[in-house]
Amino acid sequence: MAMNSRVQVPAAAKRGEAIEIRIAIQHPMETGFRYDAVGHSIPKNVINELVCRYNGQEVFRAEMGSGISANPYLSFFVVAQASGEFDFRWVDDQGNRGEAQAAIRVSG
Amino acid sequence: MSRCARAVCVGALVASLGASAQERPIPPAQLQSGAAFAGAQVRALQGDDFANPGMLWVDRGERLWREPAGAAGRSCASCHQDARATMKGAATRYPLFDAKAGRLLNLEGRISQCRTERQEAPPLQYESDELLALTAYVAHQSYGMPMAVSIDGPARQHFEAGRVFYTTRHGQMNLTCAHCHEANWGRKLAAETISQGHGNPYPAYRLEWQTLGSLHRRLRACLSGIRAEMLPYGAPEYLDLELYLAWRAAGLAIETPGVRR
Repeated sequence: MAMNSRVQVPAAAKRGEAIEIRIAIQHPMETGFRYDAVGHSIPKNVINELVCRYNGQEVFRAEMGSGISANPYLSFFVVAQASGEFDFRWVDDQGNRGEAQAAIRVSG
Repeated sequence: MSRCARAVCVGALVASLGASAQERPIPPAQLQSGAAFAGAQVRALQGDDFANPGMLWVDRGERLWREPAGAAGRSCASCHQDARATMKGAATRYPLFDAKAGRLLNLEGRISQCRTERQEAPPLQYESDELLALTAYVAHQSYGMPMAVSIDGPARQHFEAGRVFYTTRHGQMNLTCAHCHEANWGRKLAAETISQGHGNPYPAYRLEWQTLGSLHRRLRACLSGIRAEMLPYGAPEYLDLELYLAWRAAGLAIETPGVRR
């Protein structure tokens, strides 16, 4: 199953306007410091990289470690330039990949 | 009429009014959601529809609602159409006594029943991500609506059993639920403020769990805290207690998915 995520991008914006982009991903962000009920170490598994591209150009990159909470929520600002698409890609330590897209209409 | 006979009359009248007119342990004017004790940051997180991590499960529940499952090839939506209309207010009435099944059902139990009997699909495990997602999605349709369970008819005995569980001492600490949640709500237990113990935010995202969890998971955590035996998820005792808690919280708005520490 694809990783469960939510993305929030304003549907419309004016050119040159700073817009807030938000993303939340359902992920346990296993720290590697925990043990299961029978004492075996649970291997670290966190989303180690998340990249956001705006019409193909990288505008945001996060490199995350075991200090980030489960179900990470990130928010950042981007200057609206042209109508198009925000494309999010991420990968965890086990190699599971996730992606999400959101469209924006820019006027002016 | 003699004074004695009048007293009998009054007694009979009080008995006939039953529990619906009974004194709530916490008067309606003093009812407070656990959010009131959770701190401003937690309240802000709960109040932000995007940042609230529980909404990840609500979103997933919405997709599951439309996804066909089981031998019948039906989805929840095949029978119940748009949950935003058909499930509005449903969660306020749970747990309820299902006369046909002859047992008390909470929202999780109703969804499981639909799944096995109508969709003819394998049951979802209690506390599985899927069941939590569907429960949260259905309960979220009643967001802001007051809890209003019925304790009349056959539900009555479950209500009474729930009240007995609530007021019975449990575990090595020899505490009843009321010791914390009635006698001492609003006071401190180490760094935490003791809440009134309402189920209105559930399934809720607890920061301690780092995930969404059911009311039964919270009840297990309470019992573990007082060093009592934790009952399995969906245990009849928890269902009875859930009914008692819902009656006790009557009028309080549903907050699913709530956020708690």
